[in-house]
Amino acid sequence: MLVPDDLRYAETHEWIRPEGAIGTVGITDHAQAELTDIVYVELPQIGALLEPRKAAAVVESVKAASDIYSPVSGEVVEINPDLESNPALVNTDPYNMGWLFKLKLLHPEEISSLKTAAEYTAQIAT
Amino acid sequence: MSDETNLPPKQSPLHAEHLKLGAKMIGFGGWNMPVFYSSILEEHQAVRQRIGIFDISHMGQIRVSGPSAERWLNTLLTNNLERLQTSEGQYTMLLNEQGGVIDDLIVYCRGSNDYFLVVNAAKIEEDFDWMQSHLAGEVALSNLSDHFAALAVQGPGSAELLRQFGDLPSRNQIQEFRIQGIPVLVARTGYTGEDGFELFYPAAAAAVVWNHLLDVGASLGVKPCGLGARDTLRTEVCYPLNGSDLSPTRTPLEAGLGFFVDLEKPEFVGRAPLLAQKRAGLRQRLVAVKSDGKSPPPRAHYGVFVDGAQVGELTSGTQSPSLGIGIGLGYVDVPYTNPGQKVEIDVRGRRFPATVEKKPLYKKRC
Repeated sequence: MLVPDDLRYAETHEWIRPEGAIGTVGITDHAQAELTDIVYVELPQIGALLEPRKAAAVVESVKAASDIYSPVSGEVVEINPDLESNPALVNTDPYNMGWLFKLKLLHPEEISSLKTAAEYTAQIAT
Repeated sequence: MSDETNLPPKQSPLHAEHLKLGAKMIGFGGWNMPVFYSSILEEHQAVRQRIGIFDISHMGQIRVSGPSAERWLNTLLTNNLERLQTSEGQYTMLLNEQGGVIDDLIVYCRGSNDYFLVVNAAKIEEDFDWMQSHLAGEVALSNLSDHFAALAVQGPGSAELLRQFGDLPSRNQIQEFRIQGIPVLVARTGYTGEDGFELFYPAAAAAVVWNHLLDVGASLGVKPCGLGARDTLRTEVCYPLNGSDLSPTRTPLEAGLGFFVDLEKPEFVGRAPLLAQKRAGLRQRLVAVKSDGKSPPPRAHYGVFVDGAQVGELTSGTQSPSLGIGIGLGYVDVPYTNPGQKVEIDVRGRRFPATVEKKPLYKKRC
């Protein structure tokens, strides 16, 4: 399973890529492999205020609907427009083309409480 | 179907083979079974286009024999056993006193007064206990479920694969084969809408037959398939799943399975309430729906609405891999059950347009 070093991870299998005041959020390679066959993604509204560990999006595989949580607090500033026509991007490229939404970080210090790549790798190994 | 018991899940005699193939396992009907090996979509397409092999060892097998076997079974099952010749199978149901469905099953006639029943995993004990509590006459009843491994070999190429081992049975017939020296009952039945076979053989030889079919079938494009694809395949052809689409509070008439109920038989458990229901008329009926456009996949328990009022609830649903659109089955008030009826499906508070369709939702190209 791919776990890029430059990202931070939530225990609930989301990743965040902080770049200045903005963080890009998606689900991990491990999560997409567990779900497989993603056929629908329901994204938050632009402008929505997200709280950590609260449901922010829904990823639906053939089998089930799964809530996706925001790793940190923030305001949604962008959602991935390509997922409407091609939700399988979350399967094929979870860390790049398959990103879900971008947040304006409200409490950037929350990032440091998230797992590092090494810590997340250890979590999914158990 | 959900896992309601707290017992540890049972393992198929093929459990080790599934793990070797990297299957992702889930709980189903009290069993730990593969939901997929690589991808539900790929496994679904393998069955529609080539061959898929499913482990269905979780399903139960019950033998009913003895001089009164036919007469007695005919008082418990909805279909008419008298129509069954030796080596033939028929889809039928076991009902409770209210006419609700305990289980749907296939009964095969193996000879005079000798029947082989294949029942749902979660219902093995319940069916067996029900039958035992209704015993009458000279009947021997044995639950053989632990002794049998079972496979479903499904898809347009399945006949070519199995022809190598014997003369193929025709639709709904059962025949005895030898595969790698092992006696295997081969029935031409299935749960996918494709040509296919279900195999029953000694559990001790589970891996021998499974691996041999995967080896021999490799050149035909055979793929091991999990319960995920089994569910999408059966939903497309509108085969009901007991515990979801069938339940003790729904009758076969409401489920649209009247074809498998012989109300002309003088007596069977549940007959009187079915006759009464038929006279009074149905309130709801199990229909198939298809999303009109892009929507989240329909799922069990989503509400079905017409003009803002709830008229029913889905009991199954998925994104159809063959049609590329959301599909579902659900009980809907009879006035809204005609094909072409426009409905809305409630998904987490949002409504998505869908249409009641004629069953099956998917028809194989002939």
